[in-house]
Amino acid sequence: MKSFLDKVWSFFSSIKLAIVIFALVALTSIVGTVIEQQASYAENLRVLSSLVGQGLAPAAYKVLYALGFMNMYRSWWFLTLLSLFALNLLVCSIDRFPAIWRIMRTPVKPIAPDQMKRMPLKDEFVVPGGPDSALEKAVSAMKSIGFTAKSEKGPDGSVQLYAQKNAWSRSGVYVTHVSILVILLGAVLGVFLGFRGYVDLPEGFNANIVYSNNMDMSDPSQVARRASLLGALYSGNGDLQTAAQSLNESLPDFEKDLRSVGVIPLGFQVLCQQFQVQFYGQTDMPKAYRSLVTVLENGKPVVSKWIEVNHPLKYKGVMFYQSSFRLRHDLSNGVAVLGIRSPDGQTETRKLKIGQSFSIPGTKETVKLTEFNPALAFDDAGRAETYSQMMTNPAVKVDISGPDGARSSKWIVQRYPETWSLPDGSSVGLTDFWGVQATGLQVRKDPGVWVVYLGCILLALGLYVAFFISHKKIWVRMAPDKKGTLLTVAATCPKNRHAYEREIEKLVKHLKGGNQI
Amino acid sequence: MSSRFFGFSEMAYILAMVVYITHFAFRKKAVGVTATGLAVFGFVSQTLAILLRWREFYMLSGMGVLRSIPLTNLFESIIFFVWCLMLGYLIMEFRYKNRSFGAFVTPVAALALLFINLSGMSTQIEPLVPALQSNWLLAHVTLSFISYSAFALSFSTGLMYLVMTTDNRREGAYIFWTVALGIFAAVLIAMGLDYARFHAAMNSNSFVKDYLFKSTYKSGSSAVQVISYLSTAVFVFLVWRYGHALKKIIGGFNLQSSVLDEITYKSVAVGFPIFTLGGLIFGAIWANQAWGVYWSWDPKETWSLITWFIYAFYLHARFLRGWKGRKIAMVAVLGFVAVIFTYLGVNLLLSGLHSYGSR
Repeated sequence: MKSFLDKVWSFFSSIKLAIVIFALVALTSIVGTVIEQQASYAENLRVLSSLVGQGLAPAAYKVLYALGFMNMYRSWWFLTLLSLFALNLLVCSIDRFPAIWRIMRTPVKPIAPDQMKRMPLKDEFVVPGGPDSALEKAVSAMKSIGFTAKSEKGPDGSVQLYAQKNAWSRSGVYVTHVSILVILLGAVLGVFLGFRGYVDLPEGFNANIVYSNNMDMSDPSQVARRASLLGALYSGNGDLQTAAQSLNESLPDFEKDLRSVGVIPLGFQVLCQQFQVQFYGQTDMPKAYRSLVTVLENGKPVVSKWIEVNHPLKYKGVMFYQSSFRLRHDLSNGVAVLGIRSPDGQTETRKLKIGQSFSIPGTKETVKLTEFNPALAFDDAGRAETYSQMMTNPAVKVDISGPDGARSSKWIVQRYPETWSLPDGSSVGLTDFWGVQATGLQVRKDPGVWVVYLGCILLALGLYVAFFISHKKIWVRMAPDKKGTLLTVAATCPKNRHAYEREIEKLVKHLKGGNQI
Repeated sequence: MSSRFFGFSEMAYILAMVVYITHFAFRKKAVGVTATGLAVFGFVSQTLAILLRWREFYMLSGMGVLRSIPLTNLFESIIFFVWCLMLGYLIMEFRYKNRSFGAFVTPVAALALLFINLSGMSTQIEPLVPALQSNWLLAHVTLSFISYSAFALSFSTGLMYLVMTTDNRREGAYIFWTVALGIFAAVLIAMGLDYARFHAAMNSNSFVKDYLFKSTYKSGSSAVQVISYLSTAVFVFLVWRYGHALKKIIGGFNLQSSVLDEITYKSVAVGFPIFTLGGLIFGAIWANQAWGVYWSWDPKETWSLITWFIYAFYLHARFLRGWKGRKIAMVAVLGFVAVIFTYLGVNLLLSGLHSYGSR
């Protein structure tokens, strides 16, 4: 029985298994980068057609779908491969630990003269003078390159100095391997204790739930259950307590039900106050996507922040990221935010819907908003058109009626201040057209991320030690000789030998009585 | 202004390539000094060009100096890659007092710069898209490219090693390097054909992706496709058949293959930790900040991981299995093929989040 266990153990600790897993992960991952993950049938059929031809593409799709390649990084077999990789690494780590510990703890010992001659770095020469002066010089020479030497007297009147340094650097490889386990552990924690979701918030709307990214929408019964739970929530005006009561459930049970169908209650509300795209100058090149988001606890604002790409909002361990945006289909609820300057320099801000009108203080003009265009352009005939599905160039059309009954109309374009001036010298600027855009936020909670970061730090440190710090040993033997003292220097160093060679040269120079170091 | 200096550096590197190869063949000291002079001149012009572009970008973007580093599209990244490669090479030339590697490194640099012209990618300064407005850009991208350059060095010396030490046409290592070199050259020729055919239509708004290989492997006509694949096969066969010539050219000179092996290893030993830190770790931290997920199996991430696996394999095979020589040199060459795919292939052939480099 023991031998069977031994076999299993040695199977999992073998470098061969590691290489097979490396190869399998790499090869299957390549397939996963060609096939678009979690994409539509049509999308991947197009990809496959370009690879195997249109005739074979549907069959290839079927085969790959059955094997789980359409969402392969979450498929059971890929996760099994990763688990095997982790297990292999774990077993290897346990397996190697005693040996590494021993090497790190073993003190360096004196060695026999013929052994010294077999060392990768060695030198032998005679210096004048007795062993005592040579010994003193050798101790200080070794100290100067960072070794604290011990000495041992031989039976033939010889003395040997021996030392080592950076023995701990042997742990670098070990730390590197363990760090990968730590990173994988962090990833597992994230999967079990965190969530990944999204929420779509039109300006002025708030939400107390978000939708999971990992909901499988291919199961009709789950989809139906989700619809009915969300239905209860909407009829309760979004209040979880009310919805739970309407289903005769306790609040915790209702929340659990929601989670099981990919709906995650936040425990607070997020409100989108405003969304905007900033552009570079008057081009359509976006400079920033930003949402002013407020967190509400029991309806009271707690925190407000402009969320931008690279600048998420964090609240109670939940992160909100700017991810997408859209223009709503219904533009009728939009409010034009106008900055009005009368001819005498007075300014005021007014918020008006399309169809409303206002008068400018100090003038007799009435201005009526007649039309909104989110992306105003003019065609060849000079007719207004909308050139994009986003609010790239918002503009409102106004009718201006003067006291004498004269009427005119014009477009006021947010981006072009020269369009803001009215005939009587006043100016109406379009600051924003509020309420027609929606922001898309990615919402994540990942308590494992700090474990992952810890693993990353360990990985970086481990690699640094493994590649750039080496375990160095040195032996210097002094034996009486006819002309003085015979010195034998031997040293080992598993990596960066050139640098160590230079150190040894320095030591030898010193020993030969040359320059002081 | 910066473009003039880019032009100087490109010319200098191409000339340096020719002179280094001449030096390699004739071993005249004066030729070698000329080659080094050209390489240094090219490097200085390129440094100036990068600094000038940085300044131009800074003025245009109105962001901080660190955020305006010109590393935001394919063109700028190739320029930086070549800069790192030449810096690494010049350091090596001065340290090892050997110019032979120049004959293998400068072609990589010159080809990378030629690739800019051949692919017709945009060389315009473009304002920074929101996702790239982060201080991580500097750390992530510079370190990634420094590691790519180290891997490129290991590729050059590894390939040299293979050329020098193989002579049997039936031998795996010989077949490996001739096929790799053949395909490499064939792909460049295919890009040249794209350039010849489409360069009039190329402008700053078109994506390289839209016309890459459209005149050969991805042509609308299947006859052209078949001919392209066939001629590639014939070309690779010719490289295989006459690959000896390359060895003969190199053969006469006393390049120690053990030195090549050591430089290959050292470049990997420098590149691997930098790639892990700058490419994978900093990339993960930035991704977590920008997208809310430190690892999403995006094609770029996945290919980085594959690259990382190959170099991890290189290190394990060398230290645990004692692989030396030809076997390990093949792994180094393969590793750089993965690097090229991570860097260019993913952007030009696949889709995903890292789409900044597609223009």
